[in-house]
Amino acid sequence: MWTWFHKLSSPPHAYRILGRLAPWFGWPALGLILLGVYWGLVKAPADYQQGEGFRILYVHAPAAWMSMFIYVVMAVAAAIGLIWRMKLAHAAAAACAPVGASFTFLALATGSIWGKPMWGTWWVWDARLTSELILLFLYLGYMALRSSFDDPRRADRASAVLAIVGVINVPIIHYSVEWWTTLHQPASVTRIAKPAIALPMLVPLFIMLAGYQLYFGWLLCRRLQGEILRRERNAGWLQEVA
Amino acid sequence: MDIGDFLAMGGYARYVWPAYALSAIVLVYNAWSAARLRREQLASARRRVSLVQDEPR
Repeated sequence: MWTWFHKLSSPPHAYRILGRLAPWFGWPALGLILLGVYWGLVKAPADYQQGEGFRILYVHAPAAWMSMFIYVVMAVAAAIGLIWRMKLAHAAAAACAPVGASFTFLALATGSIWGKPMWGTWWVWDARLTSELILLFLYLGYMALRSSFDDPRRADRASAVLAIVGVINVPIIHYSVEWWTTLHQPASVTRIAKPAIALPMLVPLFIMLAGYQLYFGWLLCRRLQGEILRRERNAGWLQEVA
Repeated sequence: MDIGDFLAMGGYARYVWPAYALSAIVLVYNAWSAARLRREQLASARRRVSLVQDEPR
């Protein structure tokens, strides 16, 4: 187990594995997202209250889910890097941040576009929207903190602490719709009881979500490969891959 | 299904289409940016390798 762990964390080995894994994420992701968009826009029935406008759900909810999921991945990777002094884990955390920030932006932007016709406003300072905005600032702060160090090891350690402390925001976002009064509707999929959304509407949502997850996997492979190359300044194995 | 009806999105066209377009832009940008990061780092690794090889020993 530990030899496997060490082998996996050796840069050349990790670089090759990531290169081999990437297409297994990338192509299914593309297929699922295209299928999900078609299903969500064409085949899913219109909502009885929101009409065709509810179709924004299929780009909004997966982006919002990913924004939180990626943050947790980033915080766990940062914690592993901090505890076991694993450079590869720090590199993975660094690779997560810009992707997570872009999904957070997407969740906020599509939510805002959805809010205008349904709530009558682009933005309101309620718990859900504000905590999601804080998530965006956490990602941006993490990236700014990283780039403020010249020494990558100090950047790794300082930014890892920020990532781990910031993870407290994720349950706050998730439960914000229950803890506080907000315009945002409560969760309709992740309820323990039956989901409060009809199956023909739910299927394309899951297809999109699976597509986004795999797409994130592909992005992580590619970004992590870039990070490994950046960190391995003078390693001899670079001659083989470059 | 009528294509005009589809594009009209039951009157929500000016909200649904920008949301989808923005999502597409961000997803494509992410893919491009990740591929570019790897490409740039590969080029930089190649430069470093060739520098090492050119050094007289």
